[in-house]
Amino acid sequence: MINNYAFRKFKNRLFFVLCLACVVIAIVPLLSILYEVIARGAPQLSWEFLTQGPGTIGVSAGGIGPAIQGSLILIGLTSLIGIPVGILSGVYLAEFGNNRYASAMRTVNDVLTEFPSIIVGITAFSVVVLTMGSFSAIAGAVALSFILIPVVARTTEESLKLVPNSVREASLALGAHKWRTTLSVVLPAAKSGLVTGTLLAVARIAGETAPLIMTVLGNTYFFQGFGQPMDALPLRIWRNALQPYPELQAQGWGAALVLILIVLALNIGVRLASRGRFRK
Amino acid sequence: MKTAYTIVIAIVAIAIIAGGIVSYSFLSQPATSPSPSPTATPTQTPTTNPTVAPTAVTLTGAGATFPYPLLSSVITQYVNDVKPNVQVNYQAIGSGGGISALKGKTIDFAGSDAPLSASDMADVPNALHIPETIGAVTVAYNLPDVPTGLHLTGQVIADIFQGTITKWNDPAIQSLNSDLTLPDKDILVVHRSDSSGTTFIFTGYLTAVSSAWDTAVGQGKSVAWPVGIGSSGNTGVASVVTGQSYTIGYVELAYALQNSMTVAAIQNPAGNYVLPTLEATTQAAQSMASAGLPTGAESWANVNILNAPDAQAYPIVSFSYLLVYKELNVVPGMTEAKATELVQFLWYVVHDGQQLASGLEYAPLPANVVQLNEATIQSITFNGQQLPTS
Amino acid sequence: MNRKFTGDNVFKILAAVIAASAVVILIVTAYTLVSGSVPVLQRFGLGFFAGTQWNPVEGREIFGALPYVLGTLVTSGIALLIGVPLSIGIAVFLVEMAPKALRVPIAYLVELLAAVPSVIYGLWGLFVFRFWIQNYIEIPVSNSLGWLPIFSGTPFGLDVLTAGIILAIMIIPTVASISKEVIGAVPNSIREGAYSIGATKWEVIRHWVLSYGRSGIFGAVILGLGRAVGETMAVTMVIGNTIGPAAIPTSLFKPSQTMSSLIANGFLESTASLEKSAYIGVGLFLLLLSLIINIAAHVMVTRVLKVKGGAVE
Repeated sequence: MINNYAFRKFKNRLFFVLCLACVVIAIVPLLSILYEVIARGAPQLSWEFLTQGPGTIGVSAGGIGPAIQGSLILIGLTSLIGIPVGILSGVYLAEFGNNRYASAMRTVNDVLTEFPSIIVGITAFSVVVLTMGSFSAIAGAVALSFILIPVVARTTEESLKLVPNSVREASLALGAHKWRTTLSVVLPAAKSGLVTGTLLAVARIAGETAPLIMTVLGNTYFFQGFGQPMDALPLRIWRNALQPYPELQAQGWGAALVLILIVLALNIGVRLASRGRFRK
Repeated sequence: MKTAYTIVIAIVAIAIIAGGIVSYSFLSQPATSPSPSPTATPTQTPTTNPTVAPTAVTLTGAGATFPYPLLSSVITQYVNDVKPNVQVNYQAIGSGGGISALKGKTIDFAGSDAPLSASDMADVPNALHIPETIGAVTVAYNLPDVPTGLHLTGQVIADIFQGTITKWNDPAIQSLNSDLTLPDKDILVVHRSDSSGTTFIFTGYLTAVSSAWDTAVGQGKSVAWPVGIGSSGNTGVASVVTGQSYTIGYVELAYALQNSMTVAAIQNPAGNYVLPTLEATTQAAQSMASAGLPTGAESWANVNILNAPDAQAYPIVSFSYLLVYKELNVVPGMTEAKATELVQFLWYVVHDGQQLASGLEYAPLPANVVQLNEATIQSITFNGQQLPTS
Repeated sequence: MNRKFTGDNVFKILAAVIAASAVVILIVTAYTLVSGSVPVLQRFGLGFFAGTQWNPVEGREIFGALPYVLGTLVTSGIALLIGVPLSIGIAVFLVEMAPKALRVPIAYLVELLAAVPSVIYGLWGLFVFRFWIQNYIEIPVSNSLGWLPIFSGTPFGLDVLTAGIILAIMIIPTVASISKEVIGAVPNSIREGAYSIGATKWEVIRHWVLSYGRSGIFGAVILGLGRAVGETMAVTMVIGNTIGPAAIPTSLFKPSQTMSSLIANGFLESTASLEKSAYIGVGLFLLLLSLIINIAAHVMVTRVLKVKGGAVE
C-alpha cells in the first residue's frame, strides 16, 4: 500500500492547516474574552467606580472600591503566609530532598497543586470560619494559602535544582555552612526562576473564587479588620453576574476588567522581566 | 556577597508591600469612622467629624436576595442620615445561607424569605422573627400568541409543575381561558435550581392548594422538582422564560414588575382572577395579618398569608423576615454597644425604612405587623438587659 | 567540613518541619471532609453514591450523589474530547511547524488562557459564549437531529455542552504545554531516521513522534482531566444547575450539575446539618476522584520527563 506522492503531500498540507486551525480555535476565545471584558467593563471605569462602595440600586451606582481593596489585602496576606512557607518547603525538597520523607512531601505537594479549590473552601469554612465564629479576611487568606503553598514549594524546588552543583561546592569549599550557602548563594542564583514562579502563583490565587464564597462572605464596606467579612473582586464578579439588575451585572464586567488587568499585569510583567534570563 | 541577601530581601519586600497595603488601610481608616478608606472619595458618606463620632459599630447581616434592594436602600439612608457611626453590611447570599450563618453565629442578623422550620427552631430556640417586608411570587409564561390575559387556578398551576398537565391546550387550562386560543404545544416548566426563598413561597402555595403536590413534593427552599428545567436565580428563570416559547416559570414580584414580564392572573379564594401588583399584595398582607400572627419568639413555621380572602388580594404572598437572637450575648464578639445599635437598626427598618418600600416596588408592612415587630424588638436583650430602641 | 555546626541542623530541621505543611494541609482537608460526611454516610451508607434523589425538604430528606458524579464525568469527558485534539494540534504546531519567530508569541497566548480567572470564563460563558452555542450549534442541531436522545431537550445554552466546551478551552493550556514538552523531548535522531526513509512531516509526526511521546501525552491528558474535574466557577455559571434525577446528564442540551458546582451553589445555603453533611460527602468524593487522577497523571508525566533528561542533549 503505497500512497502516491501527491496525495501524501496533500495530507501533509492538510495536517499543517489543521494544526494551525487548532491554534486559531484556541486563541479566538481568549480574544473574545479580552474584547468583551474591555468593551463591557471599560465604560464602567471611573474614579467613583474604583474608589467607592456599592451604591443603592436605582439611586446611585457606587463602585467596587471595597472589592479592589479586599483583593489586594487577600493577595498580601496570602503572600505573607504562603510565600515564606512555600519557599522553605521548596528549599528542603531541593537541598535536603534525597530521602523518603522528602519524596513523600514532594508527592503530597504535587497532589495539592491540583486540588479542586472548592474543597479548600469547605476546609477553610469548617476550620477557620466556624472556629472563629465569623466569615473573615483571615479565613480567605488561609484558604488561598492552601493553594499557594504547594505551588510555590514546587516552583522553588524546580528553580533550585537548576542551580549547578558546582556553585554549592564552591561556597562550601570556602567554608560557608550549608544554611548560609543555601540562603546566600543558591537562592540568589535561582532568583529569577523563583520570582517568576512565585508571582505567577500569586496571579493565580488573585483570581480564585470558589474558596472565597465560603470564607470572606463579601462586604459593602472597606476593610473592617482581619476578623471581619471582606469583599474581593472575584466574589463581586460572581455575585453581580447572578443579580437580576443590569446595572449590577455591568459592574460585574467592570470588576472583571480590573481583575484581569491585575492578573495579566502580573503575568506579562513577570514574563517580560524574566525573558532571556532564565531557561524556559 | 553584594547579592547575598537579594532573594531574602525580595521576599521581605513582598511581605512589606503586603503589610503596607493592610496597615495603610488600618491606619487611615480608624475603625471608628464609617468614612471610606484611603482610596475612597469623601462623597461616599457625609463628612463626619471624627472627634465627635462615638464608637463605631459594624453590623453584619446575610441572607435572602429578595429584600436586598430594599435593605440596601434602608441601610444607605440609615447610615447617611441617622447613624454615621454605624456600618451595616448585608450580603445577599440567599435565605438558606442566612439561616445557616445565623445558626453558626457567624453574623449578627439574617434575612430569610422562609421562617425557621421546626427543626431550625429546635437548634436555635433563642431566635426571633421580624417580618420586614412582603414578597409575592408571580407565574410568568411565554406564549407567542397570548401576550397577555392568561388565567390560572392554583390547582392547575400545581398540576402543570407536577407534570400531570403537559399541553398548553389541556382542557383544564382551556376551560379557564375560553376567550383565548391556546396552542397544542408541550409546556416547558422552568424552576429555580438554587436554594431560594422564592421557591419556598411558591411551593408553599402549591402545597396549600394541591394535596397531590403536598404528598409528592412538599414545600422547601429547594425541592425535588418532578419536571422541568432548572435555572439559577430570578434572572436565570426569567431569561429562560422570556427567551423560550411555551415556557412557564415563577419569579419574584419586584423582579417581574421591573422587567415587565408576562404574568398570569391567578384565581384567589374570592373567585376573582387577580394580576400580581403591589396593591394586590398589600391587600393580601393586610387582610391576613389581622387574622392573628404568632409573637416574634414563637415559631412562624406555620404562618401562612397565602390565599387571602379579600376580593382583590393576590394569593401567592408571604413575609420576608429578619432573624436575630433574642439574647444577643450568644453571638461571639457582641457587645452591649453593638447590641444596642442592632436593636435600633431593626427598629428603623420596620418604621422609617418602610417608607422606602413602595418606591422600590415592595409592599409596606401593615400597621399591626409593625406593632408586633415593636414588641419583638423590645424583647431583645443583651446579658438579660433590655436595650433602648432609640 | 567535619566540624559539626548546629546552625545547619537547625536549618535543616526547620525546613523539614515547614515542608510538612503540605501534609498538614492534606490531613486537615481529609479530616474535615471525612468527619463532615459521617452523618450522611451513616444515614444512607454507600447508597449515597448510588442515589439520584436530592431532597432537603424536612421530613423527606434524601441525598444521592450519582447525578453530580455523572455530571462531572460527562462534562470532563466532553472537555477531553474537544480539548485534547486541539491541544495536541497546538503542541505539534509549536514544536514542529511554527516559524521560529511565531513560536514564543503563540505559546505565550496559549498560556494566557490559563491566566484568565475561572470566574471570568464563567462571566463570558454566561453572557457571551452561551449565545454562540445556542444560536450556532444547538438550535440548528436540535432542529435537524433533535430526535436523537443525546440532542434532546430545549436548547437554551446553559447546559452540559456549553460547560464541556468551556472546560475544553480551560484545559488547553495545561494539556498543550505539557504535550509541547513531551514532543520536544522526542530525540531528534528519531525524526531524522524517519525523514531519511522519505516520510513526510505528517507521517513522521503521526507514526514516530506522537507514538514515541504517547505515554507522556497521555499523562498530560490525565492532568487536563484533573483540572476539568476540579473546575468550579466557570461550570457553575453555565451548566444550568439542576438538582436530583433531572441533573443526570442524558443529553448534551440539558442542564446538569457537577460535584463542584453543586457545592458552590448549595454548601453555604444548606441549613440542616444532614444537608450540609451531604455537600461535604460530595466534596469527599470529589477529593478522592481528583487524588486518583492526579497521582496517575504525575506518575505518567514524571516517568516520561525523566526519560527526556537522559535523551536530550
